[in-house]
Amino acid sequence: MLKQFADYLVFTLIGLAPGSRPGEALDFFVYDTLKIFLLLTTIVFVVAIIRSYFSPERTRRILSHNREYVGNVLAALLGIVTPFCSCSAVPLFIGFVESGIPLGVTFSFLISSPMVNEIALIMLWGLFGWKIAMIYVGTGLLVAVTAGIAIGRLRMEKYVQDYVWEVKVGQAGIQEQSFREKIDYARNYTRELLKKIWPYVVIGVGMGAFIHGYAPADFLLKYAGRGNPFAVPLAVLIGVPLYSNAAGIIPVVQALMEKGMAVGTVLAFMMAVTALSFPEAVILKNVLKTRLLVTFFGIVATAIVIVGYLFNAILAT
Amino acid sequence: MKIEVLGTGCAKCKALHEAVQTAVREKGVEAEIVKVEDIPSIMGHGVMSTPALVIDGKVVFSGRTATAEEIGGLL
Repeated sequence: MLKQFADYLVFTLIGLAPGSRPGEALDFFVYDTLKIFLLLTTIVFVVAIIRSYFSPERTRRILSHNREYVGNVLAALLGIVTPFCSCSAVPLFIGFVESGIPLGVTFSFLISSPMVNEIALIMLWGLFGWKIAMIYVGTGLLVAVTAGIAIGRLRMEKYVQDYVWEVKVGQAGIQEQSFREKIDYARNYTRELLKKIWPYVVIGVGMGAFIHGYAPADFLLKYAGRGNPFAVPLAVLIGVPLYSNAAGIIPVVQALMEKGMAVGTVLAFMMAVTALSFPEAVILKNVLKTRLLVTFFGIVATAIVIVGYLFNAILAT
Repeated sequence: MKIEVLGTGCAKCKALHEAVQTAVREKGVEAEIVKVEDIPSIMGHGVMSTPALVIDGKVVFSGRTATAEEIGGLL
């Protein structure tokens, strides 16, 4: 239905010729923008309601009863639904460690939370279909679980800043919101989020539409195609300084993929953008000594590169 | 009345602090507004997600901001 509307608007009302470059580019832009905003509004709202049932305080209670392995899996899963903004990473880390949650389990949570991001999920679903979206969630969890277990095995507790162990966490007793309040909160949250990201979506889809209509296919095949064995680590390196904004990047990547970039390379790029950000490192420096911080980045980056190669190999048909 | 805004200084924490000031002004209540920024004090309230609002030592909510109207209703 959205497709018909986009076709009608571009080819009938505006009168561009189907099959022409400007026509196809604009048609693509209108259709993708509509589809993504529709998905964003519904899914962000639903996710906000689900999240209101998972406070970080509750997550801490659940995780404190679990040891390694089961704890890592549970932490990665809870990382998806537990809301926290990056400025809460420090109190969250201290709170988890203080209640006896193993370091590796805490890391599984800290990795999956930004990496499996609902906006990235929606954009992937809207632009690539649900299969790729599910692969994104699955591999994100896999990276969070394995990296968490690896960090736990390395026994790096002594590389946590010393003051962390001395902080005493009080009892909160935060009142539970009523369902009515949860709905209001979700509505506000959705509105605020859309207000913040809509320009990135429009610009991203616009750039994607331009690439879709105009970029020569062989250019990318040469640099980021399946033939280049360094495409995956390169994508990870480029992703690190590009913090956040799955909303703006994914539509561009979608167009690049059409022109020959491999799926695994795309996944690796997005994971690097969300899970290995420079600002995140600066925040975590407050609780981690350099050695642990570097180990954390190294392990997560390695896991992401492996996922990238894995998917390029699996989907190379 | 003592109102504490817990937050490490991110954009959301500032937004909550401003909303609290507006709410207090509009309601015309006597209140001391304190911005708590150091981690051990924030954690001492049992809060792990910022920003959080504490009124007379009781945590009202955490991990989100609120409008001046909503805070006004809580005072």
